[in-house]
Formats: sequence, C-alpha cells, structure tokens
Amino acid sequence: MNRRDLQAIYMLWLRQMKRFLRAKSRVLSTIIQPLFFLFILGFGFNIAVFPGMQGSYINFLAPGIIAMAILFSSMFTGVSVLWDKQSGFLQEVLVAPVSRLSIVIGRTFGGATIALFQGVIIMVISLALGVPIVNIEGLLLTLVIMVLLSFTAVGFGLIIASKMHDIEGFQSIMSLILMPLLFLSSMFYPVNVSLPKWLLILSYCNPLFYMIDGIRGSFTGVNNVLHPLTDLGIILALCIIVLGLGSYFFNKSEA
Amino acid sequence: MDIIETANLTKTFDGFTAVDHIQFSVKKGEVFGFLGPNGAGKTTTIKMLTTLLYPTEGSASIAGFDILRQRASVRKNIGVVFQEPALDTELTGRENLDFHARMYGLSPETRKKRITQVLSLVDLVDKKDILVKHYSGGMKRRLEIARGLMHSPTVLFLDEPTLGLDAQTRRAIWEYVKLLNKDEGTTIFLTTHYMDEADFLCDRIGIIDHGKILVIDTVDNLKKSVGHDVITLSCSDVKRFQKRLEQESWVSNVTPHALYLTLGVERGEEKIPVIFDIARIEQVSISSVDVRKPTLDDVFLYYTGRSMREQNPEAPRNKTVKPARFWLRWWKK
Repeated sequence: MNRRDLQAIYMLWLRQMKRFLRAKSRVLSTIIQPLFFLFILGFGFNIAVFPGMQGSYINFLAPGIIAMAILFSSMFTGVSVLWDKQSGFLQEVLVAPVSRLSIVIGRTFGGATIALFQGVIIMVISLALGVPIVNIEGLLLTLVIMVLLSFTAVGFGLIIASKMHDIEGFQSIMSLILMPLLFLSSMFYPVNVSLPKWLLILSYCNPLFYMIDGIRGSFTGVNNVLHPLTDLGIILALCIIVLGLGSYFFNKSEA
Repeated sequence: MDIIETANLTKTFDGFTAVDHIQFSVKKGEVFGFLGPNGAGKTTTIKMLTTLLYPTEGSASIAGFDILRQRASVRKNIGVVFQEPALDTELTGRENLDFHARMYGLSPETRKKRITQVLSLVDLVDKKDILVKHYSGGMKRRLEIARGLMHSPTVLFLDEPTLGLDAQTRRAIWEYVKLLNKDEGTTIFLTTHYMDEADFLCDRIGIIDHGKILVIDTVDNLKKSVGHDVITLSCSDVKRFQKRLEQESWVSNVTPHALYLTLGVERGEEKIPVIFDIARIEQVSISSVDVRKPTLDDVFLYYTGRSMREQNPEAPRNKTVKPARFWLRWWKK
C-alpha cells in the first residue's frame, strides 16, 4: 500500500462524509427511524413480562436498536455504491490508478464512520432514557463491537451491491434478508430455553444474534447469552470473512 | 513502438456481439480515432481497453501491459473521459476535480495549477464552487472533459468528447487536445460520430460498424480511396445508369441510393458533360448534379453502404443501457 493508495482511501472517506453531511434528510431519517422503534416498542412492551428477562423491556431493547441503527445506515453504503454505478461515477473511481483494496477500504471506512456515528447517537439517547451501563470498560467494549458491526454490515452491503445493478432490486433483496435476521437476532425477545428448539437453532445460526448479544453483554451487562468477549471473537471472525469477500466481489465486478 | 495493440478483442452481451474480433494498433504519440454510428461498439472497446469490462475473447495491451493480467499497470498509464457523465453531483465542480487529482496522486502544487488551468479552459472558473447537480448538461460535459485532461497520462481515451457541446467550446477542446498531443506527446484514442471532429483531430481513423473494423488508414488515404472528387447525381432509373457508368474506366466507384448515385472521379467538373452525354444516349433524365471534394461521410458511405447522417444522430446514451439490462435479466433468472 503506497502513498497514493492511502490518499485514495482518505479521498473516498472524505467524499462520503461530505455527501452525508449535505444530505440532511438522510441524517435525520436514519436517526429518527430507530428512535420510533425505541420509543414505541420500548414503552409499548414495557408492561409485558418475558420469562427469564431481567430489568425493564426498554433496557433489553436498547442494544438491539443501536445495532439496528448501524445496520440500516450501513446498508445505505450499498445503495450509494449502486448509485455511483448508475450515475457512472463508479467508472471514474475504477479507472483510477489505485488498488481495488484501497477503494474497498475507503468505501468501508466512509460507510462505517457514518454508521458508527448514528449508532453512537442512539446509544447516547438510550443513556438519556435511563438505560444503565455496567461500567466504563463495558462501554468501551460496546464501542469496539459497534465498530466491528459497522464494518461487517458495510462489507455485506458491498457484496450484495457488487452483484446488483439497480437500486430497487438491492432494496428488496436487503429487506428480504434483513427482516428475518432482525427478528431472529434476540433484538425483540430474549433467546432462551423457553423458545421452540427450531427457533433457538435458527437464532444461533444468525450472525446478527452475536452482535446484539455482544452489545447487550457489554453495554447493559444483563440478559446476554454468551460472554461478551466470546461474542467479540465471533464478531471479529465474521468481520474479517465478510470484508475479504467484499473486496473479492468488488474486484470482480464490472462497471 | 505500438502503444495500444489488440488481438481479436471481442465482447458479447447476452448473445449480442458488441465488439467482434477487432484488431488494430495505435502508435506512440498518435491521435487515433474510431469513427462509427451509435451502437457500433466504440464505447465497449474503450471500456475493455480501460479495464472496466472484461473481454469475452481476445486480448489487448496498453503501453506494453496486458489489459487482463496487468490491470493496475494499465490504469497507471491511462486517462479516460467517459461519454456518459461520471461526476459526483453532490460535490462542487472544484471538489470533483480535486477528487480526481488526489486519486491520480498529483502533488499539491500541480493539483492547484492544473485545476485552475482546466477550469479556465472549459470556462467554468466562476461556477467552480456550485454543486454539480445544479450544472446544466453542457457544463457537466465541460467539467468532465476538464477532469480527463488534468493528469498527463500516456494514453488518453476520449469517448465522444464533444457530444452536445456548442461550437465554441468544441473548438477550444479540439485545440487543447492537439496541444496535449503535441506538447506532452500524449497518445490519444478517441471515438466520435462527428466527421469534422475526426477530420480535424485524427492522424489515423478506423471505421467501425456492427462491432467490426471495416478499414483503418490516414484521413487523406481514406478520402483518396473514394476518389478525388465526388459527383452526386439525382436521376431516373438509378440501377441501370449505375451499371452503365461502372463500365467507364474513369469512374473509380459508384454507389447507388434510392434516388441518387454517387461516383468517385478525378477532375469532376470535366466529367459532368461526359456523364450528360451518356445519360442522353441511355435516355436517363438527370434532375440535379453536384461536385465536391470527398468528406469522411463519403468514406463512411463507401465502406458501409450507408450514410452516417441517415441514422438517428442523437441517441447517444442507448448503448450504455444494454449491459445494465443484461445484468437485470441475469439477476432475475
């Protein structure tokens, strides 16, 4: 990786920051959408009693909403790649004398920064709503997991985007994949032995489950299934695999 | 040394052959042009040569680097001005240029100098801080050209560089391209369907139609192949008159059309009375006659059997839709 590649990474990152800050409606909507979930679901289900759940429902829900905000925002990076493809700008990037890897890294950094920014906003709002934290170490670990989640989700978006050519198709494929992943992630209800066995197995097969479980374990420190550090290991492995695949597919794609 | 060389370069989209086993080479420091109607395969060729599309068959090299195996080295040696806009509309004009300059690793001083230089060339200095989405079509095109000229590549690809521009800007861009070619020795590969552009800029021209190269030669030689003068005759009984004229040794070629004939001859003005004499004997009535020096349009007509002007002149964006549709279908399968 030479100086030109590093400059390309910086340029691609800077471009996404500028675009993000100039699209005010996007900033607003991606923050408000998870807030709807947090407030409506959080206060709506607060009266419900789940077997084996400690603390209030909103405390249980908040880690999931943080992950969801990151996920939604990351998917937008996939859309923006397709947008570049349709507008022709991707060609300008692809003929530039910089390595494909640096293009993927620049894109991923840009997308992940925005995703992380939105995750942190939801985190701060959760704290303001009185969601308790375990300790400072836990909070730092939460941030680490959030960073990894951002990278993984952006990488996943890049894989799908490299295979697609139209935005509508991308969005329908995305919601087709995202909805079951979210529902099976332990985001809305606790995953434990009181669930049917098949649902339990499906949840354990869901990568998002480990992300949300990890955030829950490190952030609020209750209701998590695995030790947060175990989750962290799994998330790290996932992140590396997805980013590797992402750059492979991106390299293969034609403009 | 040949700076671009292709060997049986072919691209097929979903059963449709866009580029069909083309073979040509471009010398260092040359301005080489692909002349052909829309959909002839010009853009697809450029996309393969600039590593944006993988060829279905065959290969090519740029500055000695293989477009399949040494993609990174190829990219280091080329610059491209795309036919369709490839600008970020959410950035300003200057930011787009700055993005490009940094991606190509220009030093800060060169960057500033070149940005000012190219902006004034395309007359966008006072618009440089406006978001590109507020630009008009012509302004976007000018910015696009400016960007392509900014770094000094070994080979510069220009895909329909002056499409949709006004006469004044076209002139300015032509002059700059010439200058770039002369002063910096940049080899230029351009595609166009404008005869005057090919005529003005190119040292050599390849005529391409339906994905195949029909002929490659210098502009002068191509014109000579048509004849020194071109006579156009509107007459009755075109077919019979054509057969009759083909027997004359001084007629180098006769091309029939629905209502008229074109023939290549030497000293055309002296041949008109002769033609009228033949017509009287053959009882063919001539309603109008025209003598002129051959243009590239005549050359095109000669090799393809039809005029470029007869086809839809302004539907340039169509061919980029084809690959996209192909992918859409592929995904839906």
